[in-house]
Amino acid sequence: MRHKIEIDGVEVTFSENETILEVAQRHEKEIPTLCYDPRLEPFGGCRLCIVELEGARNPVASCTTKATPGMVVRTATDTIEAYRKTLLEMVISENREVDVSPLRGYAAGELADLRDKYAINGNCMTGAKSGTNKTDENPFILRDYELCISCYRCVRVCAEQEGDHAINIMNRGFHTQITTEFDGLLKDSACTFCGQCIQTCPTGALADKKALRAADEVADAIPDKTRTICPYCGVGCSVDILTKNEKIVGIHPAMDGPANQGALCVKGQFAYDFVQHSDRLKTPLIRGDDGELHEATWEDALDKAAEGFRQVNAEHGRHSIYGIASGRAPSEAAYLMQKFIRVGFGTNYIDNCSRA
Amino acid sequence: MSNPLVDMQKPEVIFCIGTNMTECHPVAATGLKKAIARGAKLIVADPRRIGLAELSHLYLPLRVGSDTALLLGMAHVIAREGLINEDFIENRTTGFDEFFEHISQWTPEWAETITGVPAKDIETAAMWYGGADKGAIYYTLGITEHICGVENVQSLCNLALMTGNVGREGTGINPMRGQNNIQGAGDSGALPNNYPGFQAVTDPAYQAKFKAEYGRAVDLEKGITKVTALELCGDSIHAMLIDGENTLLSDPDREHCEHALRSLAHLVVIDIFLTETAELADIVLPATAWGETDGVCTNTERRVQRMRAAVPPPGEAKPDWWIICQIAQRLGFEGFDFNAPKPIFNELCRVSPIYAGLDWERIDKSEYQWPVPHKEHPGTPRLHEESFVNGRGIFSNVHYRDPAETISDDFPVWLTTGRRLQSYHTRTQTGRAEGIDYLLSEESLEVNPADLEKWELTDGEWCKMSSARGSINIKVKATNRSPRGTVFASFSFADVPVNLLTGSGYDPITHTAELKVCPVRLEPL
Repeated sequence: MRHKIEIDGVEVTFSENETILEVAQRHEKEIPTLCYDPRLEPFGGCRLCIVELEGARNPVASCTTKATPGMVVRTATDTIEAYRKTLLEMVISENREVDVSPLRGYAAGELADLRDKYAINGNCMTGAKSGTNKTDENPFILRDYELCISCYRCVRVCAEQEGDHAINIMNRGFHTQITTEFDGLLKDSACTFCGQCIQTCPTGALADKKALRAADEVADAIPDKTRTICPYCGVGCSVDILTKNEKIVGIHPAMDGPANQGALCVKGQFAYDFVQHSDRLKTPLIRGDDGELHEATWEDALDKAAEGFRQVNAEHGRHSIYGIASGRAPSEAAYLMQKFIRVGFGTNYIDNCSRA
Repeated sequence: MSNPLVDMQKPEVIFCIGTNMTECHPVAATGLKKAIARGAKLIVADPRRIGLAELSHLYLPLRVGSDTALLLGMAHVIAREGLINEDFIENRTTGFDEFFEHISQWTPEWAETITGVPAKDIETAAMWYGGADKGAIYYTLGITEHICGVENVQSLCNLALMTGNVGREGTGINPMRGQNNIQGAGDSGALPNNYPGFQAVTDPAYQAKFKAEYGRAVDLEKGITKVTALELCGDSIHAMLIDGENTLLSDPDREHCEHALRSLAHLVVIDIFLTETAELADIVLPATAWGETDGVCTNTERRVQRMRAAVPPPGEAKPDWWIICQIAQRLGFEGFDFNAPKPIFNELCRVSPIYAGLDWERIDKSEYQWPVPHKEHPGTPRLHEESFVNGRGIFSNVHYRDPAETISDDFPVWLTTGRRLQSYHTRTQTGRAEGIDYLLSEESLEVNPADLEKWELTDGEWCKMSSARGSINIKVKATNRSPRGTVFASFSFADVPVNLLTGSGYDPITHTAELKVCPVRLEPL
């Protein structure tokens, strides 16, 4: 049976258990949210996604209200939009700043985007600021709670997505604070530094300290993104490499990555800077008569590499040469390694590093 | 993996054995935690009280290297309690009657004497897994890095076959692969027994196929494994081309390995750093790294995915494929005139039936789980749904064997090795990532607090750890993660080369090293 509701005068279908927000998003209605992350259970905390529901006395949060047959929903009436603007002004009034570096995290610009959409300039509300920064020496996660809006996305992603329950909520109301057990350092908590909290934070209150090292370089510009696969274990998480001026400045998880659906671990999130490390080999090396390795040209190194295989083949036969392919390089490398041995020497003297 | 990663959230009972998933495959472990939150039961078998054990509903702390005994005991209970799937056994398998006979002798009480796990817990595990409509098995190197790695895997297959936990959502036998493209390296034919796409080199039909493709008949005999090749260095192996592996630190028995590589007449290493292995080479060729290289990789669930370059390489570093082509061209080999990864991947797809439906354009736009037999095929998330590739699932009448070395008066402690969350392999990468040191700056030996006094060791102090092959110094860390009599260290840190000690034996079929078991002696320094 096809279920139907009416959204802004248009009749649309929905499936069992879909929320009004999900149905509306499928039909490309732009409903603002702050506490919503599609990977998490609906929370209904920020109230920005409120919609008018015919027959209901008050607006309802569309993220927590399940669609039921015959509902008549209005997503952007003047009244609703005015509520939203006021809510946003109140949220913004408590924060130190709204414009933050895109390096802070995947979702860090959400609050600023909504402020622009609702043309909130200056702030008609002034008053006390909420949130107290936490000094935490860890090299990865900045805890800049003066930007916190208590949407609890970080707490929920840590619990629901990661299953780590490392962070939680302390105090109530204006004094609400995100914290760890006994209000200590992340290192002393159950935190695994997967970075999921910084990637879901809609204001940059939890921010990528490591990426922010390039903040001056990147300034306000959005860094370039390149979709690839994490270089570590075999799970194959999709990531976006953030680059600026040919430098890798950070990693974002790909929210639509088939293997990870937005999740990453500490290695995939933060251990990327080996790539542009000064220890990288930059030229070929040849062992000289003095027994040491010396820098060489590609021509000389490749000639010598080939010559060595030619000599050993001539002297000891084709079963004296062995190839070990990498489990880290792309398949093109492994394919050519086996082809090199099979075409070149007619043997199966090829393996990869899976046995140890 | 027989099943896709998303299936991890579907089983009623999950049996994890020899997998430290929260540290080694943390993102996969998030799926497992979600399954538990939805009510799935988790059984964890591991000698160490790892993170998964803390999450489990039933923890089986087996003695290192006793997996086969545990699994035989479980099979016995499943059969005894009539928890077998008769339809599945009838329609999809062969050899059950002999297997039924075989396992009748391997009672859980017997398994307790080998594993140290109480018989009643073995029974409970068997009842849970055997009683579930959807039971899934996950394992990693804790199963395979043993002299009996093949028997261990066969024992897991026995459990899945007798309960019909194969070919359906939320079931399966799921090894977690450890490196970003270790699956792809095997898919691509970098194996001594298979051409690309797991086509056996011993089959004359495939020999003929690749002769037509490559212009040369390749031996019909299997090649030797890397382990054997290292043993034969200087004897019959005289030249090696190693691409991106720090063999010296990652492989067992480092001294033997170093001696082997030094005895080669010609060693060429392609890598991104001057690793301990590259330092032994005659020629070192600088490769482009992750983030600098376009190509394709395959993950643990057989998902073929595109990797993309985002930044230029340093200095004169070149892609691995270019380097291999250049050497091959200088030797006059045919078929190496490639100028980009695209035609190389397309050639791999053309010669490999499991990739037959793939090409560079398709992989650039989307990703597919192999086998992908033709261009219109959507990929195969779940294997063995209708039938097994080789016909019927075969029960294996395995026997328990002791590890290659067992504890003795000289070496009275079990050492087992593995990885840690914050470091990866030999730390060529994570050791050069800023901030990782804050979380993990040095290696330490995990020892049960109650064992400290017995062995006259002090928490935080150094000790000397010796095996039949050598000695290293390592700092002691008291932790209840280690059971009495068993200690743990990772092989990641070059200054604590744990693989000087390991290397007691190899699985006779796969030649996988028994890195998980090594009797040692501990002495205060």
